[in-house]
Amino acid sequence: MTLETHPDRGGAGTPLLQAKTLTKHFPLGGGAVVRAVDGVDFAVMKGETLGVVGESGCGKSTTARVVMQLLPQDKGEMLFDGEIVGGQALTLKEYRRQAQMVFQDSYASLNPRLTIEDSIAFGPTVHGVSKAAAILKARDLLQRVGLDPARFAARYPHELSGGQRQRVNIARALALGPRLVILDEAVSALDKSVEAQVLNLLADLREEFGLTYIFISHDLNVVRFISDRVMVMYLGEVVEIGPVEELYGDPRHPYTKALLSAMPSMDPDNRTMEAPLAGDPPNPINPPEGCRFHPRCPHAQTVCAKVKPILATMGDGVRQAACHMQVPGSGHSHAPALEAAA
Amino acid sequence: MTAITEGSAALVVPPLAKSPGYWAGVWRRFKKDKVAVGAGLVVLAIILMAVFADYVAPADPTRSSMLRRLRPIGTPGYPLGADELGRDMLSRLIHGARLSLFMGVVPVFVAFVVGSVIGIAAGFFGGKFNTITMRTVDVFYAFPSVLLAIALSGALGAGITNSLLSLTIVFIPPIARIAESVTTQVRGMDYVEAARASGANALTIIRVHVLGNVLGPIFVYATSLISVSMILASGLSFLGLGNKPPTPEWGLMLNTLRTAIYVQPWVAALPGAAIFITSISFNLLSDGLRSAMDVKG
Amino acid sequence: MSTPQIPTPLVKIENLTVRFRGAQTVHAVNGVSLTLEPGKVLGILGESGSGKSVTLKTLLRLLPESRTDIGGKVSVDGRDVLALNPQDLADYRGAVTSMIFQDPALALDPVYTVGEQIAEAIVRHEKTSMKAAMARALELLELVRIPSPARRLKAYPHEMSGGMRQRAMIALALAARPKLLLADEPTTALDATVQIQILLLLRQLQRDLDMGMLFVTHDIGVAVEVSDRLAVMYAGQIVETGTVRELIRDPQHPYTKGLLAANLHGAKKGERLEAIPGAPPALTEPPDACSFAPRCKFVQDRCRAALPPAVQLGEGRVVRCILAEQALVAAA
Repeated sequence: MTLETHPDRGGAGTPLLQAKTLTKHFPLGGGAVVRAVDGVDFAVMKGETLGVVGESGCGKSTTARVVMQLLPQDKGEMLFDGEIVGGQALTLKEYRRQAQMVFQDSYASLNPRLTIEDSIAFGPTVHGVSKAAAILKARDLLQRVGLDPARFAARYPHELSGGQRQRVNIARALALGPRLVILDEAVSALDKSVEAQVLNLLADLREEFGLTYIFISHDLNVVRFISDRVMVMYLGEVVEIGPVEELYGDPRHPYTKALLSAMPSMDPDNRTMEAPLAGDPPNPINPPEGCRFHPRCPHAQTVCAKVKPILATMGDGVRQAACHMQVPGSGHSHAPALEAAA
Repeated sequence: MTAITEGSAALVVPPLAKSPGYWAGVWRRFKKDKVAVGAGLVVLAIILMAVFADYVAPADPTRSSMLRRLRPIGTPGYPLGADELGRDMLSRLIHGARLSLFMGVVPVFVAFVVGSVIGIAAGFFGGKFNTITMRTVDVFYAFPSVLLAIALSGALGAGITNSLLSLTIVFIPPIARIAESVTTQVRGMDYVEAARASGANALTIIRVHVLGNVLGPIFVYATSLISVSMILASGLSFLGLGNKPPTPEWGLMLNTLRTAIYVQPWVAALPGAAIFITSISFNLLSDGLRSAMDVKG
Repeated sequence: MSTPQIPTPLVKIENLTVRFRGAQTVHAVNGVSLTLEPGKVLGILGESGSGKSVTLKTLLRLLPESRTDIGGKVSVDGRDVLALNPQDLADYRGAVTSMIFQDPALALDPVYTVGEQIAEAIVRHEKTSMKAAMARALELLELVRIPSPARRLKAYPHEMSGGMRQRAMIALALAARPKLLLADEPTTALDATVQIQILLLLRQLQRDLDMGMLFVTHDIGVAVEVSDRLAVMYAGQIVETGTVRELIRDPQHPYTKGLLAANLHGAKKGERLEAIPGAPPALTEPPDACSFAPRCKFVQDRCRAALPPAVQLGEGRVVRCILAEQALVAAA
């Protein structure tokens, strides 16, 4: 039995992953519902890295778990290279060979009772690869993530440092030969000096294996460095998507703007003088009507409290933002004039 | 990504020197815990004493002598005195260890197996299955263990087999609850999520990722129940629901000697002391195991 | 201001060493010396295991005394902290030096309201009536800008959001008007938009109340926002100190340079990051050479032979690296 590589079925024009109105609610009892992910649409093109940013409660980790199908979605569907995930052509088990995930907590994501090589080899054995072949594969992968197999393969997780364990987790994710890797705060728990090593490794592996990444992080510097496009989430919804430099250079949604200006300044002569937003991000149990950001938004008007903004496409079609100020004729006084858009 | 290929020739995986694994670490930490090692040695001594009782005991534990009733500790020929029927206390304590240990270990072991299966299944599958199973278990757990043991034994009738059975039933709920809680904890770990993400089915995940991580803590907890089981078994015998005379057993000995408490208080206290020493040794041993198995980082 | 006068330092730490005994001895702090002038902020920057939090906790004697060996001298506001008797220590904690933590759960008691906790701290140090203390607790909540403070006075910690709890903890720490505030990663667990609010609040409170502050963090950006001067720690030692401007604009120690590069500020997409290879040492032995040598790309034989010299580059500007010494010699 061998694990063959996956052919590109849809061609370069078909997104590798397309999420359509993904929705995940958690009932709390007593009628309350956490609207963790509420109608999220996005696509990840082949070979690109999509960064996902947002604060706690914005639904980025739940999105990752739904995309990985560790949680079933309540509504919506996903297409992987044009095929419905969990459908006839692409079963869940088959999908899970092609999409893999790296978690934030490097220690909790390795079984403390298994050696490193056994942990990496587990996935392939599940798919019918012999134990011996899987072990050899695991050692090869350890080499590729920068850990000498002769030194590390037979060790246990607690004998490794955080950075080394995260390399093992990356190797484990690659063992099945995936095309999509979801990195859920995968470098957030590492020290800065180690984080840079792992980011370099991720960039190398993307090149070497032709991977597509969904890179989730709260660290805007890291996301800017690694991503091609960035998706900003707020209270379970997408508020803005766009190419990384355009989005960082010219944020269109007030929340994106606030998030970017909340980054500590690295310039001692030009320190931040004013916080862009007051208060904490609200929890997603009873999100506000209309635009969910309107209670904290400096530009909020009556329309924002009443009408939920659509994720409007703008510019040359590569940028999207869910803000009334970007939609002509939305009723917001800062909205572009109708004829100007036409 | 290159495919994993497997030639016709058998693959040779070069063995690597395994680093000292988890259990080596447990042993290393356990060895340093002097109290736990001491308790372990006492437990070992008691077990050996019970196994080789025929060779260790100086006299026949059932041979009575009306002339030598209730001799004090230190009487020539009776190093720990004699009981109310003139039987050698030392020999009876040594032989009594057999049944007492048996009553301590067997119900706990059976309950460990049954309780673990129930608890792990409930913890892993969660949801409604968990609710139904664990609420049923809670019904039994709600009774104080002594009361439940007495009630069950009383209903089933006196005798060793019935005592074993009732003690087993008493211990299944607490073990199932511990098993359920550690399994629920493990199920939430990212490595179980990662295993699910690799497409493994539930049984494979339980076998590879859950069992190894939950059996240890459950076992340690079960060890701590051995002393409880011994005390309960002694209690049942004391009430006449367990063992029948003349077979020596510590609980029953305590019962029959209680009338002699004013005549030979030290001799009458001996079976109690034996129960106390054994159960505290098991407890200290399981405490030591627990801290030795607690690995951080 | 016209007469140049060296102010007596609020904090003076001399050659502090902290060793934890246990299954394995850990040399957490290995000869740290630092001073803090009244009303100034020193940021202590370092990664996990660098000894930054341990140094901070020594200032309040929060380390478990039974298994900790502390050497060196620590004085705060003229008091020899390591020699305080239990009564003096109780008076010292809170009133002279007080601390805020990463996790407010460590500082706030879940069974008392925020107002009760702050008032209790005031009564303990100032012997006022509970009523007066409550009034001052309200003032404190206003000071840390908690919205509708009168209502929050009666709230329990779990009823507040993360940022609000952090503000309440700051109010509690300020209850007895300390001269020195110790901050141990107080914004690390917070969301980005809340973090900047708390940083700005701390900066302002420190200035308005003229407190000295030691701010421990792993995040350079955060340190830059609040600090006047910075001390970079590695393996239980301070490897570089200077003003924020000096350290950011002109870092001298290879570790400081590496940290700045790893912060990704201005890193170009698609370029490789200049990562520091390897990982920090385990600190089971006291250092007898440069601790950073195994990871340093400028390493020389001398680095592995002896402890690096503390090279004085200017007033309060010290670098522990032979490269700095060589540069100084070359310039002279």
